[in-house]
Amino acid sequence: MSTAIELRGVEKTFGITSVIRNVNLTVAQGERHALIGPNGAGKSTLFNLISGYMKPSVGSILLRDQVISGLPPFQINRRGLSRSFQVTNVFAKMSVWENLRCAVLWATGHRYAFWKNIDNLPEVRDRTAQILQDINLVSRRDVPAGLLTYAEQRALEIGITIAGGADVILLDEPTAGMSHAETERAVALIRRLTEGRTLLIVEHDMSVVFGLADRISVLVYGQIIASGTPEEIRGNPKVKEAYLGEEVA
Amino acid sequence: MSDATAKIPATIAPPRPAASDRLKFYGIWIGAALALLVLPKLFSSGGSLTTFSLIGISIIFSLSYNILLGQTGMLSFGHAVYYGLGGFLAIHAINIIAKNKFAIPLPLVPLVGGAAGLVFAMLLGWVSTRRSGTAFAMISLGVAELVASSALILRTFFGGEAGVSANRTKVLRLFDWSFGPQIQIYYLVAAWTLIAVIAMYALTRTPLGRMCNAVRDNPERVQFVGYDPHIIRYIAFCFSGLFAGIAGALAAINFEIANSAYLGAVQSGTVLFATYIGGVGFFIGPIVGAIFVTLLSLGLSDLTQVWQLYFGLIFIAVVMFAPGGITGLLMMHRPLLKGGTLSRVLPSYLVAFVPTLAMITGLMLAIETTVHFTVNPGEDSHIKAFGIPFDAANPAIWAVAAVLLIGGFLIARKTWARVAGSWDDALTAAREKGVAA
Repeated sequence: MSTAIELRGVEKTFGITSVIRNVNLTVAQGERHALIGPNGAGKSTLFNLISGYMKPSVGSILLRDQVISGLPPFQINRRGLSRSFQVTNVFAKMSVWENLRCAVLWATGHRYAFWKNIDNLPEVRDRTAQILQDINLVSRRDVPAGLLTYAEQRALEIGITIAGGADVILLDEPTAGMSHAETERAVALIRRLTEGRTLLIVEHDMSVVFGLADRISVLVYGQIIASGTPEEIRGNPKVKEAYLGEEVA
Repeated sequence: MSDATAKIPATIAPPRPAASDRLKFYGIWIGAALALLVLPKLFSSGGSLTTFSLIGISIIFSLSYNILLGQTGMLSFGHAVYYGLGGFLAIHAINIIAKNKFAIPLPLVPLVGGAAGLVFAMLLGWVSTRRSGTAFAMISLGVAELVASSALILRTFFGGEAGVSANRTKVLRLFDWSFGPQIQIYYLVAAWTLIAVIAMYALTRTPLGRMCNAVRDNPERVQFVGYDPHIIRYIAFCFSGLFAGIAGALAAINFEIANSAYLGAVQSGTVLFATYIGGVGFFIGPIVGAIFVTLLSLGLSDLTQVWQLYFGLIFIAVVMFAPGGITGLLMMHRPLLKGGTLSRVLPSYLVAFVPTLAMITGLMLAIETTVHFTVNPGEDSHIKAFGIPFDAANPAIWAVAAVLLIGGFLIARKTWARVAGSWDDALTAAREKGVAA
């Protein structure tokens, strides 16, 4: 099986504080990989490094065997890696429809076109409609994104992330702050939308992690202390001690 | 994917405009063109033709500014640079065309101005558009000062204090039009205004136009859907420079002169004013603002010596109480109009109007009296402001001003609360009737 994402000896330091320490991680193509760890372990920083939001201090990051560390976020996105944000990060004044449409424009090859009428682009229209239906926001199509409920905004966040058709998806705590029912719906959505794609997900809810992930990596103090199948992680004494504690036992 | 695409019900995407909507849409543009054609028949005096020409120029300039401010979220303090350079290049172009007898008619000269605005925006915009927000605003201010001061140093090109003048009638004639009479200049400006407005409207409906809005709302997220916000801002900036250059060229043709005032801070400030007062959130906002500010500056300067002060007060009032501008205020009433509840708020407007007017009158009286004693203390105290003569030295006038200002404010404040209350009621009632706000 070929690798989708590979991190080789990645480190990130802010001043004298090192947040990520010698991380080696491999995510196979088509795998659903969960990244877990206590608060402040560096999970979001690792996402920021992979997606190009920050540059690693040491080490390299590869997307399908090509080095992407050091590239700006939009270059990495164009190579087929898309991420969501822990804190909802949408285009607040624009409607749900416009939000999703902006997210499909680059992938459909329209780039910075200023000579095409945006309403006359059938493939943009169809793809946007498809995503809108997928995230169950059809009834909220014309509502400004800033006025959606929290759960709806989270769904839109996922919609924007997958709309470009990237085959490597990074989701940063997609169910944080959701009720139990909302979480269940969100997980079903994620499962459906990432079918056939590679998923790297940061998640605190252990039922989500163990229900969704093919493999799990545990990040503690900027280091990956274990990586394996859910069963292996469940049985790993180091993980139990450092993080899971009574929760899984 | 293609299988799934085929299954999407057509109702998910926003409906295509119906034939009647399209007719309405094109009807508006055709109506605007017809209105521009017959306007000089209704108001044929030279003064009104000049006013219309100035309004047209201001509309193009303000709309070009709103490509930056309203659509891409970039606050520029130096937009007059591209307007001014367009104006200077147009003047030089007229002189060169006339001297060499080139076969280029005057209506094409604005293209020279547009090209100048575009080229200078391309040169000066690359660095400043790297960032938005404060950094962009500061750089725009710095570039503006740089260009404005060069205008006084590079005399051969900018003509120093006096500027550069030209005779527009010396250019190749088109259909026997000399472009000497103001009516011909009016039609030239009107045609270019229509072209520029249509072009800038079309720009908002392109992939680039939508990504400009996305950059305005959230430049960070734009990077994660594949776009470089710097490139988007840069292209928007170039378009903005292009249309500003066209506006500047039309101004130069209208006045037959270009001078350093074209490039200056006052010009940059005025376009910010007009755009913001009109409303940055709507395409027509800057058009409304351009009309309002041009008429106001022409009208007020005849009525009072300190018209800029009133301008400033209006600007502050809009920023504080109506950040959506005039258009925003009008658009607020659309749900009420649709829900048929507009009549519920109108009485409260009438009630509020009287004390508010009294307050404003008191304020104006106080301002004009103060101006008399501070600006012209030696002159006769029987002054005339807004066409109304009064004695600025009369204590009774001071008392009237104070009573109107303070009394008006105290009463008006109560009526404003009532306006807000009845407005909320009307909106709730409209919503209950199923009108989306």
